Amino acid sequence: MTDLTRLTAAALADAFAAREVSAVEATQAHLDRIAAVDSDVHAFLHVDVDGALATARAVDDARAGGTAVHPLAGVPIAVKDLLATNGLPTTCGSKILQGWIPPYDATVVARLKVAGLPILGKTNMDEFAMGSSTEHSAYGPTRNPWDLGRIPGGSGGGSAAAVAAYETPLAVGTDTGGSIRQPGAVTGTVGVKPTYGGVSRYGLVALASSLDQAGPVTRTVLDAALLHQLIGGHDPLDSTSIDSPVPAVVEATRRADVSGMRIGVIAELGGEGYQPGVRARFDDVVALLSKAGADVVEVSCPSFDYALAAYYLILPSEASSNLAKFDAMRYGLRVAPDGVEVPSAEEVMSASRAAGFGDEVKRRIILGTYALSSGYYDAYYGSAQKVRTLIARDFDAAFEEVDVLVSPTAPTTAFRFGDKLDDPLAMYLNDIATIPANLAGVPGLSVPSGLADEDGLPVGVQLLAPALAEDRLYNVAAAIEAMLAEQWGGPLLAQAPELEVRT
Amino acid sequence: MTTTSADPVTFEDALERYDPVMGMEVHVELNTASKMFCGCSTVFGADPNTQVCPVCLGLPGALPVVNARAIESAIKIGLALNCSIAPWCRFARKNYFYPDMPKNFQTSQYDEPIAYSGWTEIEVDGVSYRIEIERAHMEEDTGKSLHVGGATGRIHGASHSLVDYNRAGIPLIEIVTKPIEGTGAKSPEVARAYVAHLRELVLGLGVSDVRMEQGSMRCDVNLSLRPIGVTTLGTRSETKNVNSLRSVERAVRHEIGRHAAVLDGGNRIVQETRHWHEDTGVTTAGREKSDAEDYRYFPEPDLVPVAPSREWVEALRAQLPEPPSLHRARLQADWAFSDLEMRDVAGAGAMNLVAETVAAGAAPQAAKKWWLSELARYANEHDIAIDDVPMSPEQVAQVQGLLDAGRINDKLARQVFDGVLAGEGTPEEVVARRGLEVVSDDSALGDAVDRAIEANPDVAAKIAAGKHAAAGALIGAVMKEMRGRADAGRVRELILARLG
Ligand SMILES: [Zn+2]
Repeated sequence: MTDLTRLTAAALADAFAAREVSAVEATQAHLDRIAAVDSDVHAFLHVDVDGALATARAVDDARAGGTAVHPLAGVPIAVKDLLATNGLPTTCGSKILQGWIPPYDATVVARLKVAGLPILGKTNMDEFAMGSSTEHSAYGPTRNPWDLGRIPGGSGGGSAAAVAAYETPLAVGTDTGGSIRQPGAVTGTVGVKPTYGGVSRYGLVALASSLDQAGPVTRTVLDAALLHQLIGGHDPLDSTSIDSPVPAVVEATRRADVSGMRIGVIAELGGEGYQPGVRARFDDVVALLSKAGADVVEVSCPSFDYALAAYYLILPSEASSNLAKFDAMRYGLRVAPDGVEVPSAEEVMSASRAAGFGDEVKRRIILGTYALSSGYYDAYYGSAQKVRTLIARDFDAAFEEVDVLVSPTAPTTAFRFGDKLDDPLAMYLNDIATIPANLAGVPGLSVPSGLADEDGLPVGVQLLAPALAEDRLYNVAAAIEAMLAEQWGGPLLAQAPELEVRT
Repeated sequence: MTTTSADPVTFEDALERYDPVMGMEVHVELNTASKMFCGCSTVFGADPNTQVCPVCLGLPGALPVVNARAIESAIKIGLALNCSIAPWCRFARKNYFYPDMPKNFQTSQYDEPIAYSGWTEIEVDGVSYRIEIERAHMEEDTGKSLHVGGATGRIHGASHSLVDYNRAGIPLIEIVTKPIEGTGAKSPEVARAYVAHLRELVLGLGVSDVRMEQGSMRCDVNLSLRPIGVTTLGTRSETKNVNSLRSVERAVRHEIGRHAAVLDGGNRIVQETRHWHEDTGVTTAGREKSDAEDYRYFPEPDLVPVAPSREWVEALRAQLPEPPSLHRARLQADWAFSDLEMRDVAGAGAMNLVAETVAAGAAPQAAKKWWLSELARYANEHDIAIDDVPMSPEQVAQVQGLLDAGRINDKLARQVFDGVLAGEGTPEEVVARRGLEVVSDDSALGDAVDRAIEANPDVAAKIAAGKHAAAGALIGAVMKEMRGRADAGRVRELILARLG
């Protein structure tokens, strides 16, 4: 029998429909794979064996009974630990939420459950999605399946590594400044940040409300489109959710034709600070697109130079407020202050937050608290919002000229653990190419573009489109994927080293 | 502290030297069926923490959605206060840590209120005062802390605290006046009249129960003094949670005296919040407030801007009830009341109650009489608002109906009120159970008349001699025997028939 963990979600769906494979078999195969490799990879914070199998059984029964089910019913999926899952622990990678079991489902999770996707478990992440390496998880880092000594990207390193290590065909991530796309790039997988408001944020524990978006993490562009179609669309529980249909992403993926498309290379993203191998693979892709009939031009987005600075004012500001609710009064970690016999509520709050939050979280809370304080608000938060407007205008102007923008997804390949841990600024620079999309609310997609010559590690190319024009991203990404697969004789992940299987 | 050392100054004394300036901040809890940002019920008095959900508990990941009905109510209040309605405005986050605030920020409007720059007019002793409205904005209520184990119910000395989040997320409208100047010695009454007026106005709109004793209308009184002739404002104190009309008046009066004493002593007023003590009628120092207090407001990113269309606002304006002043003028004409009578009714907060009683069939004078006597007294004795007297306008009209039909008399009517207020049932039921109906049956009255004549031969003789005015004494005796239930007119006739 074929190894079910090597099948894509689309292939599994076909196998289910043809009654060649059962959902229980597929789910068990992935649970076995997790048991075999996750002690090394550490992509999961929590695995729900019973829940996943119960869902799979129910799907098999429904299919056997002739009940119509969603095409992806029975395809296992992993969910980033930032999304609330009713009955399953949700920690956001933080000690402060250790043991919290939400009494409700995020809308995205509810949609997965309704469609019958067995949820394998919750994936690791930088604490409250603050980081680009998962090294800031309170529960230890996730390792990159390409090289266990290296980071899988972040904050959604767990979701990307789980997909890359064949522990799951599908995962849900969240992207505030690149947390889906950058891990996708450094693990050789596909990651999509939808248009802001395209996927419900209800039940997504907020890092920065105006930037956060949930999206697909997969091994192929088609799988991403299938998952996108399922989790996207209007949600009355999220006021910022857009009330319009999900763009026709599956159809666009099947089209995979760039002839006549206008594609813009962003002048500001890709020069200095980008690793040679990253640049080389990016140039390859641009050349392929030209060859396939796309009209490639260079466009300038001058305000992008200020994106990182604006982002690191807006994000901490919103985060400082969003994270205020973690005060030990209603749920999560509660710590009594030392040497106080009858502590006040305020003293318990303070002691719990001191013990429960990691350094990076504290750093950003302090930054944000400062940026919002009266007398500084205009200079920091206010100015950052102005930069945000300028960035949105740059996008608008660029999309007057071209249909899709391209850049490398991240400036480097996966770095070694500890390399940037003591240098927050170097860590922040990982997201330099991905942040503008979050600030402007436009969609972005990262698709593998090859391996860097100098270290043999995966590199990704980022595609950006106007709001609600995800179909363009999927079309171009599918074309790139197909052309490169032809060149490589298969998917990039086939070149990854086999993980050691432990029993 | 500087505030305790000063000698007390009387209110009258203070006003000889100082000019008071007030600012009123009134919170009105809307009576929407669901909360401001979630679907939870808003019914008052439910068991603690039974009307909560992920949103109003601020659980991680939950998101707010604005209650459209609350916005409609806010616009109505704004329009009734002659405010401009913002075509586009946002909510903000007011960040501070407090255990009864689930998210540790309050979702509130800040520099973009839904309604602003309005005015309203009130009357005190025949003089009109125009009160300028700075703004009316929307916000959510917090939960409620209960401090257990201490003597005072305050946090100091308590062993632990409990929090009820049923109230968290209930929609509030905060109505803020501009400084109210030039009211001098009338300041306490102006403050009271303003709050009473606001109450009547909001009640008329039907958007809140405005029950001060249940906290659905809460009043903060800002007060400062400046020497007469000075135009700059003095330092103000903010007396929180003054929750009855009477207290509003008393609190202003008290603060004027207290400020004057501090200033006379050459000291400075501390800018602070003050607690009002209903029992002793004084305020005590609360939290010191500085202008540097920093709530780190920023626009709420989880909500989209509120942008009421012009058409909607105009449609709501068209539905507004008659303004209280016009309404009152019309009622006065209908009822043929004097200005003084109207003022009495308004002062008792009984305008709507009298109107409803009249609508239920009672004559205006009768309706006024009962509300301003029996029922006002009951409210006073029980320390409740007159609206909360456990008797409906319909029941009052029913009592009057019994009187008009001659089935009871004035004295018996008072007993019927007692019975209804004591929860013994409807007026009819009370009459039946207590046996209060007037007796006009000749056989029952005749015996009592005979006994009265027998017991008072002197009086009987006078009547027989033609002094009919003496009949009163015999009527009184019959009444006494029949415990007030006798039909006095019929008794008189019987007496005269026997002796005349
Ligand atoms: Zn609720």
